[in-house]
Amino acid sequence: MLGYYATTAISSLRRSKALAVLMVLVIGLGIGASMTMITIFHVLSGDPLPGRSDQLYAPVIDPRPLARDHSEPAEPDGNFTWPDAMNLLHAQRADRQAVMAGGAVPVRPQQSGELPFYETGRYVTADFFGMFKVPFATGSAWRSEDDESHARIVVLNSELNRKLFGNTPSIGRTVRLKNADFRVVGVLDDWRPQPQFYAQLNGRVFGKTDQFFLPLQTAQDLNLDFNGRMSCWDSGGRTSEHCAWLQFWVQLDSTAKAEAYRQFLGSYWREQQAHGRMPRPAHAHLFGLMDWLTRQHAIPDDLRLQLSLSLGFLAVCMINVVGLLLATFLRRGGEISVRRALGARRWDIFLQLGVESCVIGLAGGLLGLGIACLGLWSVRQRPDGYAQLAQMDASMLFGTFVLALVASVVAGLLPAWRACRIPPALQLKTQ
Amino acid sequence: MSHSPLIASLSRHKLTVCLLVLQVALTCAIVCNVASIIGHRMAQMRLPSGVAENELALIESISVDETANQLARHDADLAALRAMPGVSMVAAVDALPFSGNNWSNGIALVPNGPALTTATAYNGTQDAMHVLGMHLVAGRLFLPEEYIPLDAAHDWSGINHVPSTIVTRALAAKLFPGQEPLGKVIYPGDGPVRIVGVVDHLLRPTLDESEGSDYSTLFPMLPDTADVTYVMRTAPQDRERVLKQAQKVLAGLDSNRVLRRPQSFTQMREDYFRRDRTMITLLLSAALSLLLVTAAGIAGLASFWVQQRRRSIGIRRAVGATRRDILRYFQTENGVIVGAGVVLGVVLAYALNMLLMQHYALQRLPWLYVPVGGLALCLLGQLAVLGPAMRASGVPPVVATRG
Repeated sequence: MLGYYATTAISSLRRSKALAVLMVLVIGLGIGASMTMITIFHVLSGDPLPGRSDQLYAPVIDPRPLARDHSEPAEPDGNFTWPDAMNLLHAQRADRQAVMAGGAVPVRPQQSGELPFYETGRYVTADFFGMFKVPFATGSAWRSEDDESHARIVVLNSELNRKLFGNTPSIGRTVRLKNADFRVVGVLDDWRPQPQFYAQLNGRVFGKTDQFFLPLQTAQDLNLDFNGRMSCWDSGGRTSEHCAWLQFWVQLDSTAKAEAYRQFLGSYWREQQAHGRMPRPAHAHLFGLMDWLTRQHAIPDDLRLQLSLSLGFLAVCMINVVGLLLATFLRRGGEISVRRALGARRWDIFLQLGVESCVIGLAGGLLGLGIACLGLWSVRQRPDGYAQLAQMDASMLFGTFVLALVASVVAGLLPAWRACRIPPALQLKTQ
Repeated sequence: MSHSPLIASLSRHKLTVCLLVLQVALTCAIVCNVASIIGHRMAQMRLPSGVAENELALIESISVDETANQLARHDADLAALRAMPGVSMVAAVDALPFSGNNWSNGIALVPNGPALTTATAYNGTQDAMHVLGMHLVAGRLFLPEEYIPLDAAHDWSGINHVPSTIVTRALAAKLFPGQEPLGKVIYPGDGPVRIVGVVDHLLRPTLDESEGSDYSTLFPMLPDTADVTYVMRTAPQDRERVLKQAQKVLAGLDSNRVLRRPQSFTQMREDYFRRDRTMITLLLSAALSLLLVTAAGIAGLASFWVQQRRRSIGIRRAVGATRRDILRYFQTENGVIVGAGVVLGVVLAYALNMLLMQHYALQRLPWLYVPVGGLALCLLGQLAVLGPAMRASGVPPVVATRG
């Protein structure tokens, strides 16, 4: 029976070709635009550290003085001052903890005659590697003793390692960063978590990778350049309690430990207040990694706006299709009356018309898939860091068809329901 | 012409009419908001930077050897760049509008007082304001004896000792509303700094949504950081050549440095707004597709109704209605439906705007966009219905007599 309905659907669509084409086009446009954006979102909101992210937390305390200016954001940005970060690091209350800051240094190639070049990386403390399960190709991380002794050692990511040493083994060799020599102790296996969740989040964290990692205390010792957003509310420089610029992450293996750590943060804050610091009301936060990414708008606002817009577009397209389907179905009132008079039940009519909207939906879905692929291709041409991640995958391919079918069935429901209520006799009389 | 048959006929298609009204309303709401976002972005992109944008070539030099006397190095570099043909003036600066690296200070009016706002600190060598082509609208330029080093080695402590500053008009108005800013004292650091001049504009290195994009202070402080940007004033057509040559000249003077981002100011500005341009293109195509889909929907339904009503049109023609009456009928019908949609759309537009303001830090919808958007939709509706309505008016009266 369904096969017969499909044949009648196609032949009736043939009769009003222009309208059918219009409906398929409209569905295709709506599905294509929204699937492009949904796919980008699906890709960007993925977990940067699968299997580990639910044990990682970003503590937030607000070290700023009381608000002096309305333009100042009310929410703290999660950056720490040097004294606070060091206090919490040395308190060792979490399973693992690390302090970090972005850095940019001139790298001098060993080969003479080559000009120095700039590279961005991160100044971190020892637990960074274990906490984020950073994969090493060769060598290993340093230990916290190296942090305390301000050791001049560096871990390279694979790209910079290749650039400096080619394919020759590099462990134990020397890299000159700015004015100091660093000994290579480890090389990473092309580590590029997307987004770069541990950095300051600013909507441009996709596509970035750190090419070197060296001890934070050493970087401070050598006064290596910080790369990122630093806000100071008083003089004293970057190691003073008046400049927030460091990121602090902790690993807590159970929710009970997380709760205990939250208590600890609160008590730390109140203790500091007792010393006349941190005048804002104590309200220590501990955000899980994925929660933190959402709160800090890791996905750029422009993209979220584009997603809302594409969904709005889909809604308008579907209302349009409902209207057109309703008109098509009602126009066939005569035919429906005859079928009803000949004994077709309402359900039969409903099913027949439903199949018809499915046929349109499928055709629209196919077109939408093409449009979505085209849309993703155009997104990949954008200069943004997330651009290269915009790829259709199997689940999204399936999702496109499901969305197209569901949308067209839902769109067909109302018209089909309205049409199957056409009474048999009355309609015949008016003809 | 009586409208009662029109209303009666619309009420026979209640569901379809409601759908059409809803579609027009949604389109109106979305298009108004999209247009307002586009307008805001374009306005941001057109903000005057306050410098002679077309004549500036920039190159960033980062000396690897930090122990060297950076001031002497910058002087040597500047002398070499000045000697290049086609370069009329050069200066070393620490930041520029759109350059991204922003050094902001809280500005207080009393020592250790609360900051009224934050403003970007711009520093440069003595010729910097000339080279950049800034417009001094009041007061004077810095005097040679006012210049001190930035003292980056000691946490930029020059800010605590600098005697004078030149501020933007916007900042002056924020700090001293309705007063003469010249001669007033501000506290960007620990010490008092006297305002000696006012420039019309100088955008900050990064713009934000708040009104403070033009809050800048200029200080007579010489950049003594290893990282400095050289600005060369040159004729627009010479910029490419000058940049190439500057790289050679600088690398020849000292090869132990990184040369970054040789570019014209125009390029830097374009790069800064690249995302906004993508967004504008996207929003424009979204708005156009929406309007197109809605127009197609209106035209499709209208041509349907025309076909459906061929007999009644014929009867009306037979009892004396002119072609013009029929045309009017369909146009009025469309006007009523689209008009109702627009009225609903205005309400929706404001509701949507509130929602967007909550979630995306967008600005309030300027009221002008709403009537313009509504009018545009009404016109679009009339345009879409014109074809079907013409066809309707072409239905001959004789149709009435056929079964």
